[in-house]
Amino acid sequence: MTHGIDLEITGLTKRYGNATALDGVDLHIAAGEFMTLLGPSGSGKTTTLNIVAGFVEPDAGTVRLGDELLIGVPTYRREIGVVFQHYALFPHMRVAANVGFPLRQRHLPKAEIARKVGEILEIVGLSDLANRYPRELSGGQQQRVALARALVFGPKLLLLDEPLGALDKRLREGLQLEIKRIHRELGVTFVFVTHDQDEALVMSDRIAVFNDGRIEQVAAAHELYQKPSSLFAAQFLGDSNVFEGAVGGSGIDVTILADGLTLKAPVAAGAHGGRVALVIRPEKMRIDPHGHAVGSDSNALVGTITDVVYMGSRSRLLVATDDGRSIMADRMVPSTEFAIDDKVVVSWSAEDATVVDGGMPTTGLGK
Amino acid sequence: MAKSLRPARLALHVYGVLVGLFLLLPTLVVVPLSFTGRRSLAFPPIGFSTQWYRNFFTDPDWFNSAVFSLKIALLVTVFATTLGTLAAVALTLGRARWKAAARGLLIAPMIVPGVITAIGIFYVFLRLGLTQNLWGFVFAHSVLAIPIVVVTVSASLSSFDRQLLRASASLGAGPLASLIQVMLPIIAPGVLSGALFAFLTSFDEAIVSLFLAGPFSRTLPIQIYQSVTAEIDPTIAAASTMLLGITTLCVVAAALVLARRDRRYS
Amino acid sequence: MSGAHVVETTQGAEPQSRARSGRLRKLLRAELLLILPLAFVGFFFFYPLLQMVLLSVQDFLGGAGHWYDNYKWFLGNPSQRTIFRRTFLVSIWVTLVCLAAGFPYAYLMTLVGKRTRLLMLAAVMLPFWSNLVVRTYAWVVLLQDNGPVRSAFAAFGVHLPRLLGNMTGVTIGATQVLLPFLVLPLYATLQGIDRRLLDAAESLGAKPRTAFIKIYLPLALPGILAGCLIVFILMLGFYFTPALLGSPSNSLISQQIFIQVNRLLAFGRGGAMALVLLITTLCILAISALFTRRYTKALGIGGEG
Repeated sequence: MTHGIDLEITGLTKRYGNATALDGVDLHIAAGEFMTLLGPSGSGKTTTLNIVAGFVEPDAGTVRLGDELLIGVPTYRREIGVVFQHYALFPHMRVAANVGFPLRQRHLPKAEIARKVGEILEIVGLSDLANRYPRELSGGQQQRVALARALVFGPKLLLLDEPLGALDKRLREGLQLEIKRIHRELGVTFVFVTHDQDEALVMSDRIAVFNDGRIEQVAAAHELYQKPSSLFAAQFLGDSNVFEGAVGGSGIDVTILADGLTLKAPVAAGAHGGRVALVIRPEKMRIDPHGHAVGSDSNALVGTITDVVYMGSRSRLLVATDDGRSIMADRMVPSTEFAIDDKVVVSWSAEDATVVDGGMPTTGLGK
Repeated sequence: MAKSLRPARLALHVYGVLVGLFLLLPTLVVVPLSFTGRRSLAFPPIGFSTQWYRNFFTDPDWFNSAVFSLKIALLVTVFATTLGTLAAVALTLGRARWKAAARGLLIAPMIVPGVITAIGIFYVFLRLGLTQNLWGFVFAHSVLAIPIVVVTVSASLSSFDRQLLRASASLGAGPLASLIQVMLPIIAPGVLSGALFAFLTSFDEAIVSLFLAGPFSRTLPIQIYQSVTAEIDPTIAAASTMLLGITTLCVVAAALVLARRDRRYS
Repeated sequence: MSGAHVVETTQGAEPQSRARSGRLRKLLRAELLLILPLAFVGFFFFYPLLQMVLLSVQDFLGGAGHWYDNYKWFLGNPSQRTIFRRTFLVSIWVTLVCLAAGFPYAYLMTLVGKRTRLLMLAAVMLPFWSNLVVRTYAWVVLLQDNGPVRSAFAAFGVHLPRLLGNMTGVTIGATQVLLPFLVLPLYATLQGIDRRLLDAAESLGAKPRTAFIKIYLPLALPGILAGCLIVFILMLGFYFTPALLGSPSNSLISQQIFIQVNRLLAFGRGGAMALVLLITTLCILAISALFTRRYTKALGIGGEG
């Protein structure tokens, strides 16, 4: 039906008084892509969206939609659809009138409006609710109406501002898949803003991680998860075990400053001396009873289990190592092998870890 | 529960009832008085007659003043509601720093004692030939009614979701279209009740009307006032009763409009 | 593709100035709506007010004079001073009576259930909108010498003094008219007071009366002040109530203003009187605003109720 257009953001800057909301943000979004802007509150993701939508003017930078420069163009002339967190449905109009609103602004003939409204309501699955008022609908239904309304006029770009934030978990997950389906069906470029990293992982083609007004990393979901490029990205997306230190030794050695712990890590040859952080996901950790032999390519620490957290599909074991660290290790099968106070050895393969620039305290909130 | 039976609490309830009655009942005296059979203000009235109502509609002094008041009030409603709504919308949506000052200026006529407003207007209108003139009354009353419209519509706007205007813009509606198609229908109850209060403000206005009045251009309240000081005529009671009736109707209507709005968009 | 480049160089050259002009455009739009209302109020309200001020220093009964002559006449004339003093005293008196009647009523409104409260509110709102002349006229009927009030008391052997044509009648009538103006802002403040504070005080050992005086009243003070202020200021400028319920021999200031301006066309003198009234009003408002702000800040109450 419709196809997307590409979006180019260059050098976007926005200040509010003394606070910098955006500090020179660059981002390219390909036509038809599902891009998520992910970050904690205040990181700049919503400001970026507002600037693209035209609700806010930037202090510097450009936004180009396909061939057209958007800065200076008022919102009502940008052909961009927006879905709001609290739906922003017009309470005095029925569903059909809400969805038909953008078409009436474009002075389409009544018959065509009715046809297009019918089609889009079909796509979002709300055909039999066309005559209701928004207040008569559930949250999930209202959000679908908002989607329909934002898509009915065939925009090439759809902005979604934390649209599922007001819904409960089950509803949210259902709608996530719905939105993905609609995206696939229509081929429109989607820019999705959220602070929920699970949501980002589920829905996106690519994710841009925002921190403090800057983009830390832009990558596909699995790449972001497996190979975060910064400590912030690593801690914001999923849980991590973090070891801070400096590159030392030869080849693949990282030395932990505080305790003189030497860990093997996949560091590029020649990268010496800088402060780094070693990041390993909990599911990459192995736990064996004390005394178990460990491979030569692995790092190992000895410790005691302090807690066993049952998380449904997996168990998380919290281990206090002998040198005072806390390690998270996940096991897929609910484990009855280990109990609190068991002495264990935690190990991981050197190549399963990622080395990021580190040592700075993170501003974001890890999970 | 024992608390509510305490003598102090009981006394408070009784006192409250007395005050409530003091607020409501005395004014209602004019109703039975308007049906008195005798040309006297004695209360309780003796006899029964509807002649004072008949007199009201046949006596040109009374009837013309009523019509005059009505004409003025209707025109004032149009002026004050339009200007007041424009102002309220501008004050809510705008972001200028002098917003608070502008609001203060618009509300001022409600705060300045009426007699002070009256003499200034009287002098200026005298020079402009607007005394004893329909439009003089209309402009003067409008200025007094605008504050109440601003306050009422502003209150309605305070619960208006401004996100809706952003949504409307994103869907292709320009600023004017957004105001008319999205904002106005939603604040309509506030505007309507503001209009009702504007009507009442004009219809009931007395002090400025006193200065602007002439022998052939009197509003109903002024006609009542002049009659009280001049003669004993129960037609005054009939006129007063009708005035009260109109007031009650408007206030109840405004309350209903506002109550319905809350229910609709909850 | 060169087309895109052309677009970029011409439009991309100065994105900032376009942003600024866009912002200017947006800013103008909302505030533009204020022009008409402000002009209207400016011409039909502030211009007359200004004229009145000018007249008070320019228009004199003898033709020419010093700018202060009208003020000298007003403040120097003993009968005028008496009238001013009387107006002040009656206004204070009415304020106190309204407070005595209105505070318990407003307090009761915070105690009762929702339905009753609505009823009590209606009892306050309806008179609020009823016509002033009509209500005053009703009191003329009630308070007349052979009227129902005196007759009712006489039936119990109580001989009431004359109620009409003096300040007693004016006070009674004005109180009924002005009571809503006190109850409404007072209630607004009172309903914002957390009653659990009283429970807390009592749990700490305070007697109910002490808790009320030491905790409730101080928190209620801003509302009390606001209500009293409104009543006082309104009473200062009252015309119809003293005109109908009082007598010419003890008139109040607005009646005098009317005589000067409407009957004698002495605009300068009337203007001077009105200006003195206005300045007095503004001073009282300013002082009480200052006091309220200091008071609420001292108590740590965030903003008025």
